[in-house]
Amino acid sequence: MRPIAIGLAALLALSVLSLFVGVAELGAGDEAWALMTISRVPRLMAVLITGAGLAICGSILQVLVRNRFVDPMTVGTGQGAALGILLVTIFLPSAPVLVKMAVASATALAASVGFLLIAQRLPPTQPYLVALVGLIYGGIIGAGVTFVAYQADLLQFIDIWTQGEFSGVLQGRYELLWLAAGVAALSYLAADQFAILGMGRTASINLGLNYGQVMLFGLIAISVVSALTVVTVGMIPFVGLIVPNLVSRIHGDNLRRTLPLIGCSGAALVLGADILGRLLRYPFEIPVGTVLGILGAVLFLWLLYRPARHAR
Amino acid sequence: MISVSDLSYGYRDTPILTDITLEIPKGGVTALIGPNGAGKSTLLSLIARLMPLQSGRIMVDELKIGTCASTDLAQRLSILPQVPEIAARLTVAELVAFGRYPYHKGRPGAEDLAQVETAIEVFDLQALAHRSLDTLSGGQRQRALLAMIYAQDTDYMLLDEPLNNLDIAASRALMQLLRQMAETHGRTIVIVLHDINYAAAYADHIVTMKEGHLGPCGAPRDIVTDALLRDVFQTDAKVRRLDGKMLIDV
Ligand SMILES: Nc1ncnc2c1ncn2[C@@H]1O[C@H](COP(=O)(O)OP(=O)(O)OP(=O)(O)O)[C@@H](O)[C@H]1O
Ligand SMILES: [Mg+2]
Repeated sequence: MRPIAIGLAALLALSVLSLFVGVAELGAGDEAWALMTISRVPRLMAVLITGAGLAICGSILQVLVRNRFVDPMTVGTGQGAALGILLVTIFLPSAPVLVKMAVASATALAASVGFLLIAQRLPPTQPYLVALVGLIYGGIIGAGVTFVAYQADLLQFIDIWTQGEFSGVLQGRYELLWLAAGVAALSYLAADQFAILGMGRTASINLGLNYGQVMLFGLIAISVVSALTVVTVGMIPFVGLIVPNLVSRIHGDNLRRTLPLIGCSGAALVLGADILGRLLRYPFEIPVGTVLGILGAVLFLWLLYRPARHAR
Repeated sequence: MISVSDLSYGYRDTPILTDITLEIPKGGVTALIGPNGAGKSTLLSLIARLMPLQSGRIMVDELKIGTCASTDLAQRLSILPQVPEIAARLTVAELVAFGRYPYHKGRPGAEDLAQVETAIEVFDLQALAHRSLDTLSGGQRQRALLAMIYAQDTDYMLLDEPLNNLDIAASRALMQLLRQMAETHGRTIVIVLHDINYAAAYADHIVTMKEGHLGPCGAPRDIVTDALLRDVFQTDAKVRRLDGKMLIDV
């Protein structure tokens, strides 16, 4: 069976499970219907979009930076989005939500461009240095967010943006994520371009790739998806790092073929973590970010010690 | 025709290329030879817009390097770098298929697929088509990269030491293929070679370079002499003639 078919089947099974896991008793009739449409289905959709979107963003960022160890949620894109939404909350509290999103996307974009400029100056022979510098860079912006929030007495808000969590997702409070889903899907149009970028500078120029245009498109896609995710459900670590790496190890870097798989696996990973988080200390919830942190560490170790298998 | 005029290039204060003026005629195999560090790869990189020009002018037919659209040039000219740096995990078939990107921009048609298939056959890669590049031997990898350039199907091909890693059979096959492409399809091939025997046997023109300057240029039988090897390469190898062919001491 094709891997994407297996992935979709797993995703479907997890989705059904997710709909029937929860504290509220699922009765019958109108009440059950209301529970589903107001809470369970929106939560499922938010999880799926977030997982797929972040995994796809991770793989695009890795191509743009030419480094497999970067993740938008740790190298500044996510922190940039948080900074943006914080600034609008302070200075334009009554702005329409789309304006807030646009500002968050713009600051996320600026933060990503900043990281890219730094990364390009680092020696390509030291991939871990790029990842490390990214962590520090993201950390600095994150600290800036905390400082501004502290000054403005908004500390309780930034938890919402920095701690990824799905328990607050309700009908009417997550729909912006559909925009993220659209942007992530749109990025598939440039799958070939991203794959060529990943082949290196010489190969890209030889094939006449419009370097700047592809770079800009990729950065905008990453920033918009990250910003929408951060504002709606908060920062969710590891997905953008682990999923593209696992898929690349097994299925290679031909993104036209692997991007759907990356999206599907990202969605499955976050959904699995969300269900676990809901079941482990039932009836209490463990935030999805915490579960992913542990799952992610285990998967990452496995990734490091397992030889690449992309060969037939 | 590729015409290079008054081309100079340097890193900080170190000149690498000095006042190169050169015309490479359309249709034919031009060998670029010269000692290590002479500036051969630098010259090819500048022609293939891999680095920005500092001074001088390069034209490929009517396309001016530096101002013409990169996508237009990609349908006209291709380059095989001396040290290919492809880090992506791709199979041979996927790599070769990317050679068609300049034409289809992401939507390969039937003709593109046919060209990819031909390229894989021409370089005898059928058995390796679904292997990942990082599992190949040096010569197999080189053949895969050549197949990608072949699939790109351009009038001008710049090949920087394409015989690297190739065995004698693959080397001869490649040189014969290049000759045939030049003769029957009017392709222009510029090839950096270190083995002067190959240059003498297969090239229509030889361009020599030394320390960033052009040296003697011309047909192999006119310029490949003991004196050339002494002046350009500082070696006392002798050129022998046998059955009308040239043989250079090794
Ligand atoms: N990035 C760089 N910085 C400084 N000098 C450089 C750089 N790249 C190349 N050079 C120098 O430019 C000169 C020409 O290099 P080039 O690669 O063009 O030589 P080449 O003729 O292709 O040699 P080879 O036969 O060894 O491949 C060399 O002396 C080299 O040291
Ligand atoms: Mg060279």
